[in-house]
Amino acid sequence: MSSKKTILNSIKANKSQNPIELPETNIPHMHYEDKNEKFATMLASVGGNAIWLEDGDINAFVKEHYKDVTVITSTIENLTCKTKEANLAQTPHELEDVELAIIEGEFGVAENGAVWVKNPKNKYRALYFLAKQLLIVVKKDAIVDTMHEAYERVRFDKDGYGLFISGPSKTADIEQSLVIGAHGPTAACVLFV
Amino acid sequence: MKIGLFIPCFMNELYPDASMDTLTILENLGLDVVYPMEQTCCGQAQANTGCSHEASVLAKRFLKIFKDYDYVVAPSGSCVAMVRENYAQWLEGEEGFEHLKKNTYEITEFLHDIIKPENLKFSFSFPHKVSIHNSCHAHRELHMASMSEKNEPEFSKIKTILNLIEGIELLEPSRKDECCGFGGTFAVSEEAVSTAMGIDKVNDHINTGAKFITGVDMSCLMHMQGLIDRQKLPIKTLHIVQILAGGK
Amino acid sequence: MGHPELAEKFIANDERMHWHDKALWFVRAKRDNASKSVDEWEKLRKVASQIKAHTLDKLDYYLEEFEKNATAKGLHVHWAKDAKEHNEIVLRLLLNNGAKKLVKSKSMLTEECHLNPYLEEHGIEVVDTDLGERIVQLRKEPPSHIVLPAIHLKKEDVGTTFEEFLGTKKGNSDPTYLTRAARAHLREKFLGADAAMTGVNFGIAETGGVVVCTNEGNADLGASLPKLHIASMGIEKIIPRLKDLAVFTRLLARSATGQPITSYTSHFHAPIIDGQMHIIIVDNGRSAIIGSKDFKSSLQCIRCGACINTCPIYRRSGGYSYGYTIPGPIGSTLGASKDLRANKTLPFACSLCASCSNVCPVQINLHQQLYKHRQSVVAQKLLGFQKHTILKIATWVMKYPLLMDISGKLARAIVPKLPRSIVYSKVNLWGKKRELPPFPKNSFKELYKQRKGK
Repeated sequence: MSSKKTILNSIKANKSQNPIELPETNIPHMHYEDKNEKFATMLASVGGNAIWLEDGDINAFVKEHYKDVTVITSTIENLTCKTKEANLAQTPHELEDVELAIIEGEFGVAENGAVWVKNPKNKYRALYFLAKQLLIVVKKDAIVDTMHEAYERVRFDKDGYGLFISGPSKTADIEQSLVIGAHGPTAACVLFV
Repeated sequence: MKIGLFIPCFMNELYPDASMDTLTILENLGLDVVYPMEQTCCGQAQANTGCSHEASVLAKRFLKIFKDYDYVVAPSGSCVAMVRENYAQWLEGEEGFEHLKKNTYEITEFLHDIIKPENLKFSFSFPHKVSIHNSCHAHRELHMASMSEKNEPEFSKIKTILNLIEGIELLEPSRKDECCGFGGTFAVSEEAVSTAMGIDKVNDHINTGAKFITGVDMSCLMHMQGLIDRQKLPIKTLHIVQILAGGK
Repeated sequence: MGHPELAEKFIANDERMHWHDKALWFVRAKRDNASKSVDEWEKLRKVASQIKAHTLDKLDYYLEEFEKNATAKGLHVHWAKDAKEHNEIVLRLLLNNGAKKLVKSKSMLTEECHLNPYLEEHGIEVVDTDLGERIVQLRKEPPSHIVLPAIHLKKEDVGTTFEEFLGTKKGNSDPTYLTRAARAHLREKFLGADAAMTGVNFGIAETGGVVVCTNEGNADLGASLPKLHIASMGIEKIIPRLKDLAVFTRLLARSATGQPITSYTSHFHAPIIDGQMHIIIVDNGRSAIIGSKDFKSSLQCIRCGACINTCPIYRRSGGYSYGYTIPGPIGSTLGASKDLRANKTLPFACSLCASCSNVCPVQINLHQQLYKHRQSVVAQKLLGFQKHTILKIATWVMKYPLLMDISGKLARAIVPKLPRSIVYSKVNLWGKKRELPPFPKNSFKELYKQRKGK
């Protein structure tokens, strides 16, 4: 008998004959009066920061805030501040030198400062983790209250990979001291435009 | 209303005064209280050690002795929790068990839920700082106060009752419902952890600045008092009935 | 050695024990704050528990759904009935792909299967990439906690270890400095890896994908560089629907560390370009637990570690005192279900305070399970003759009130007259650090009778 069969038979032999019902997940949940403020507060609490860009000029923003950064990639088309085309790399390993990755996020989640990132056109997911800093660009007002609303917007019909990113990578594995910048980006800014 | 007084076995032998205080409190309320002479032990030590057969023998005995009272009241959260939360595995379906289960109360809980605070009057004062010991079974199984683990409104039946006494100042340790490490046979089978937990808990009580530690379980208090006496620490344990009966 | 002896050793270093207790209490306090910031917290716990209970009731169905949907998305699904088969599958996949260097993110399942030594014996370089795991791996220690693998170590210990293995400066134990050193060291390992392994937090039956939650980004970095990604998943990690994740992601990180969510919540439904992704579904004793009414719900666990952090025994006895892959309340019940004889002291490493059951985000009745396991210990005659005999005699005495009264009276008369050296001899474990209460002249019953007689 295959192991699959062995396992499934064992489960069948052991499981309850009266399964309990699957509950609804969309329970009444919190709503925030000012979602932007909640998002910014939560993101700050996990080491990131949120900025609302009034004029929508990402190039100018990058020029001003990332002065010493030279290797910049972006999944957003027509950004003049971009200096490296990530999708042209032969292997993801070539993205090791990226100092700033500008990526698109679909929406933010107020309760935890996370942004849903999918970027179907981005060839290498490694980009999100190899880059020294992340700049996630999200449409203004694309913020939901909680994960309940967030998952209503998440689909996996075609694309294989997507993730919620909440701030920069971090660890507290040494004596519970929080250190920002573990293996992934050491900074993560969410830019609403 | 006829009340069966249930005195934990070790309290009967070692704490006759606190046991008597329990009786006094109930009698002072004009209640008809009987102490059934044939009672011995609820079987908690056996049950908590996994000796199911032995525990079941004592559970059945207990039911026979106490099933005909309107209420069974005891000065112990954990012995009451034994009846209410653990007896079902041996007594489910037995005649009188549902009634017993529903009507067995720890005394503070009984004063709070059945007599009601508005009907209670204490004619004495107790002008002391008292640190509340939330013993685990009273706290988490009988749910006599809100738990730090849960997202629930704050309440404490113990505090509500004690606050009726003039002059009393109630305090709580920084870890208000951390276990003291008594745990029944745990106290000896895991002696090192048990005493380490106990000392930490006593120190947390001392740091409130209280003169007394009070709670609804003599077993936890006995464990902490044992540590206090050995280390000659500046605090003293009192069972809640010792305060409620007139605070000597 | 059982838990009491190992615990006593840990407690012997009072300063270290208290440091450990405080470190974990700090995490518990953060968890409390996070859980209280969500109004519907208790409702979430209930729904999470129901989802998991439902899934276990139909687990065969959901596993097949998962396999079907994962396969349709181009993922390879394997089934392993036990640890041995799991390890063999991993090795085969590595060898078939010519992989010699493996980077691995945290997976308690691979710990349970003792995968690392197996692969190393077969010439594979295995690098644990979670910082805490890497620290203990370099020290040749197992993790002492499921979320905080190196929680038993002080930064100075880590400093010494890194000095030896990573060449950091002697005496420098600054956490940021050490973390940066590990980052540089592990970055090399990531870039040079031939294959990556991750655990699985959730396997979604509906979509056929898996979700991995991390803070460091190590799982993603591993899974997105080399062409081969192997994910090991216990059968109980399945959830029915994508939207169930709303409930679990709201609970998991808040319960684990008090964060609102992990830095990365990654959903894998495809390998990287030109890569392969394999998922190994592992039983290893789990399906048998489904058949146990008392212990089934232990399989609802989402491995947040909250029960471990809140456990007053764990905090004072350390992860190694349990002698099982997973320590604390959840480990004690899983360990006892798996091998009661080997883990017979674990159900008793608990004061039945019930804090664990109330922090658990999926409402596992942990303390009640440990209580029930004690009954199995007795039923299988593993309690120890002396303890059982004492309780049998006590019970016999308690059946006869007169006998009980006489015993009590004798004890109260004799004990106070005995010399201290006898009362507090070695066999009196109570008296090692505690005084006995004073023995009164009369029992309550005697006083009650006297009063009635008046």
